[in-house]
Amino acid sequence: MPEASLDRGGLQRPGAKAPQSGWREVWRRLKQSRYYYAMFLIPFLFFVIFCYVPMFGIIIAFKNYNVFDGIAGSPWVGLQHFKNFLSDPYFFVLIRNTILISVYQIIFAFPAPIILALLLNEIRHVLFKRFVQTVSYLPHFLSTVVVAGMIVNFGSFDGLINQFLSVFGVEPIQFLMMPEWFRTIYISSEIWQGIGWGSIIYLAALSGIDSQLYEAAKIDGAGRWRQMWHVTLPGIAPTIIIMLLFSIGAIMAVSFEKVLLLSNGSNFETSDVIATYVYRRGLVSSDFSYATAVGLFNSVVALFFLATANYLSRKFSETSLW
Amino acid sequence: MKTSLGSRVFDTANVIFLLGLVFVTFYPIYYIFIVSVSGGNAVMRGDVSFWPVDFNWQTYLLVFEDPSIGRSYFNTILYTTVGTAINLICTTLCAYPLSKRDFYGRGFFTLMIVFTMFFSGGLIPSYLLVQSLGMMNTMWALVIPGAISVWNMIIMRTFFQNIPHELYESAALDGASEFTSLVRITLPLSKPVMATMGMFYAVGHWNSFFPAMIYLDEKAKFPLQIILRNMVVMGEMSSQSQEISGVFASVTATNIKYAVIIIAVAPILLIYPFIQKYFVKGVMVGSLKG
Repeated sequence: MPEASLDRGGLQRPGAKAPQSGWREVWRRLKQSRYYYAMFLIPFLFFVIFCYVPMFGIIIAFKNYNVFDGIAGSPWVGLQHFKNFLSDPYFFVLIRNTILISVYQIIFAFPAPIILALLLNEIRHVLFKRFVQTVSYLPHFLSTVVVAGMIVNFGSFDGLINQFLSVFGVEPIQFLMMPEWFRTIYISSEIWQGIGWGSIIYLAALSGIDSQLYEAAKIDGAGRWRQMWHVTLPGIAPTIIIMLLFSIGAIMAVSFEKVLLLSNGSNFETSDVIATYVYRRGLVSSDFSYATAVGLFNSVVALFFLATANYLSRKFSETSLW
Repeated sequence: MKTSLGSRVFDTANVIFLLGLVFVTFYPIYYIFIVSVSGGNAVMRGDVSFWPVDFNWQTYLLVFEDPSIGRSYFNTILYTTVGTAINLICTTLCAYPLSKRDFYGRGFFTLMIVFTMFFSGGLIPSYLLVQSLGMMNTMWALVIPGAISVWNMIIMRTFFQNIPHELYESAALDGASEFTSLVRITLPLSKPVMATMGMFYAVGHWNSFFPAMIYLDEKAKFPLQIILRNMVVMGEMSSQSQEISGVFASVTATNIKYAVIIIAVAPILLIYPFIQKYFVKGVMVGSLKG
């Protein structure tokens, strides 16, 4: 017992135990880690049951699942559900909606926190900076339901936005009833909710830049603009790339809850994304197998995007997730 | 240090821009509050814009009398407390062994866990799992499937790794077991990260609505966010609120909706100033070692 404790601390006495080979060595090290295993049991079971079992549940995408026969007993149908989905004209609408929302997200919402971080970095007054930061983080903590509720009520016929627009003589717009407004509303609310919180990681990266680099740039006669361009931006580039990789990896995973709350019959044309479709077909219409197939298609495409982005990033910038 | 004209113009524009951002961020929340405490007629006329008109707390008195809101508030507190406790225990039990270099199998388990960040079974298989475990329409469906957030676990593991090795070695020399080390050394040194993780998880439970929407079907078990969604997003009014707003002309449907939003965000707004620096630290720790 004391022997094991000593080893655990990494204080193996020289010659106390000659390196053994094969299973005896494995067994010895497992035994040494037994307390770790005792602790790790619950987390391990958690990941197996709630992450890996559902992964095996994906096989129902290749079956015609029904409750009476269960997962094992339901008949196999091969790729039938995938064929049905890919040949459905609605497939293109879903792909377009999902990808467009994500692309707009990357174009407009992704740079916003970077710009905010750069602007905050130029503020010398510490208290003012902290005040802006504190206020800008706040929306991150509001629930999706609250934000959606604000959008629905502010965007309604007599809501805050239309009251404001009427000052300029603009006719009231029923924002959520109009498909052409959906993406704008969604992206704006994402920026509103995420700009402050998203800037934290860049501010952390900014504080890690060596101040000598700025001194050197100043001596070389660089003004503030050129310091930002040649010192600050390169300094946070790895962080930007990592965050961009995450965004690209999430290209197929549009913040589903917000879309679900904001979509309605009138804006389906632009608001229906793959995730809401999976929810509707699977849990509302109980078409489990088909919905699982659509979900699997989505995950595989997402993984493909992430792997490609990661590969390109590793090749060109030496920054990557793995 | 001399500053050029361009530099000063930029500074001024920057401050004005950031003040604008502060306004745009804060005003919607403030607006909801002032509408909720204004008279119904003023709200309907659209008179409320910067301060309350016909200030009164009538709406809140009515909202608190609605039994479905009171019950859902209680449910949310229950789910948040139980859920956060489960989260913290499971995340710690996961992060502690993984923070130790001599945990045999550490690499394999880390890989197994990180993989779940990139690929998952998806909505339907997870739903069927919860169903087959008999957790439908119970609190457990809300608190167990999300017991460990991989991201939070990595932040916690990174924090644990930075605890000096020597402390554990001397404890081991004194004959302390791993459990004793965890309780006596790691946990007391980990108060900041525990507070951060606890807050992350608690806010998550407080704000969560989708699991409750798909797993619960008994109204008496609904958390606040479901009631909020039905009232504020779907525009449904519970029969009692409808009756009340019919009786009191000073209270409109908008008053009630906004008051419910305020009571849903109030706990977060109240603790926010005290916890935000912890949150920021939490994100920073995570960003150092991804």
